[in-house]
Amino acid sequence: MKCHQCDKPATFHITELTGGKPQELHLCEEHAREYLTESGPEPTPASNLAGALAQQLVGGTAEDLARLDQQACPICGITFFEFRNQGRLGCPHDYICFEKELDPLILNIHGDCTHTGKRPQRSPANTDRQTELIRLRREIKEAVQDEDYERASRLRDEIRQIERSC
Amino acid sequence: MNGPRGCETRFDKSKGRADTVEFDDLARSSGEWLRGSGPESDIVISSRIRLARNLADFPFISRANPADRAEIERTLRDRILKVQSAELEYVDVNKLAGIDRQFLVERQLISREHAESDGARGVAIDSNERVSLMINEEDHLRIQVMHSGLDLAGAWEQSNRIDDLVESQVTYAFNERLGYLTACPTNVGTGMRVSVMLHLPALVITRQIDKLFRSLQKISLAVRGLYGEGSQAMGDFYQISNQITLGRTEAELVKQVGDVVPTIIDYERKARDFLIRESQENLHDRVSRAYGILRTAQTISSEETMHLLSSVRMGVNLGLIVDLEMPTLNKLFIYTQPAHLQKLSGVELDTADRNIERARYLRRHLNKEDGTQQN
Repeated sequence: MKCHQCDKPATFHITELTGGKPQELHLCEEHAREYLTESGPEPTPASNLAGALAQQLVGGTAEDLARLDQQACPICGITFFEFRNQGRLGCPHDYICFEKELDPLILNIHGDCTHTGKRPQRSPANTDRQTELIRLRREIKEAVQDEDYERASRLRDEIRQIERSC
Repeated sequence: MNGPRGCETRFDKSKGRADTVEFDDLARSSGEWLRGSGPESDIVISSRIRLARNLADFPFISRANPADRAEIERTLRDRILKVQSAELEYVDVNKLAGIDRQFLVERQLISREHAESDGARGVAIDSNERVSLMINEEDHLRIQVMHSGLDLAGAWEQSNRIDDLVESQVTYAFNERLGYLTACPTNVGTGMRVSVMLHLPALVITRQIDKLFRSLQKISLAVRGLYGEGSQAMGDFYQISNQITLGRTEAELVKQVGDVVPTIIDYERKARDFLIRESQENLHDRVSRAYGILRTAQTISSEETMHLLSSVRMGVNLGLIVDLEMPTLNKLFIYTQPAHLQKLSGVELDTADRNIERARYLRRHLNKEDGTQQN
């Protein structure tokens, strides 16, 4: 895909989430930098996720970014590129597997990285085990598709065990 | 009983034609947020708390396949109705006609995003339309509680209680360090959005509204127009909410938004005083003309209606109009919206016909009380 501003390939895919419907922008590195450093009449609101994210990524080289984009969550399979493109994460585990990239972004948005509010009554350890169910369910579907019924049955037992214990 | 009991039937049935008997039911209610009561309700329309929650054992919506979504909907619907069955009605949003989804958006019971997305999703609504629990919106569950007037503490208390009840039935995605995990990192932590809807016509007339926005942005508060995301404010209604959701407690977030409201109320009252002091005739003229147009127009757009009703509302608050009750007026704001108007008239109408129907509706309701011509 070409940059919206010139003929170079677009390496930054920004989805503006503020002000009405999401607006997609595809820009080369040079124009992304220009776009992000542009000072408009209003300051960029803290909720401007895509802007904050891209701002943070502009520092890296194109190779760094390409490598980062290909990283995928082992639980839900979302790539960092997909997250960057749509501004939505794929599963709770993304906060752990993309921690290094997300933490500066979260700090940028909220000015903090530590929750101090309400906690659920249930043990968070349960949450982690339940998250594992997302991966197992995905794998069981794949196993059935591959007609690997032995694996599917093993996965089913694993799922039941977690479901019983939570 | 003035709430959405029997919603399912009412919304499902009408594909183009609405059942007038069912609408008698609806006409008795105008939604909690426009009830026009509660503290400071001349300026503060409503106080709202929204909590974003996700189930720990399912992917977020963007990675959920249709089977996952159906399972999430079934799980949450069953658990929610189990703990709240006496109070809540469930509406299957996926099965609704477009006009009915729009109706719920106008009523502020679902978001525009929820109305426009695809796949299994729904909303549980309580009988007085204070509570709406959206399933499969941007997050698996959005708990929304709206109270009339300035009552953030009451809305937080009620939403917290519902959250506890739901949590006793499911395992939420939660991380020790980051709190409640949400599909978008802008909501992570408390998952909480605290907002107040304010009517600020005098600040708009005196051109002080931009200054107010800038100072609110500096303290990380967001300002939106009525009906959420768009920045255009219909009828001078503005929604002020927190942007930060992580690193502060829920009570701190309630306080952050709650603390600025008295200041804004004060600004708006001062601007109204200024308008009266400097040019009472001009203000009275503006209000009277607005009232006059609304009572006599033969065709009128939604935007113009909102704009004029805003002036009339301020006129009622300032005692410049004495023959109009606030609940009647508040109801007009919502019932002249496109989907409400079509549901009321019982047929689908194009824009031109809607404008004629809207003018007819306004004439009927604004001329009733003093016995002048109704049509």
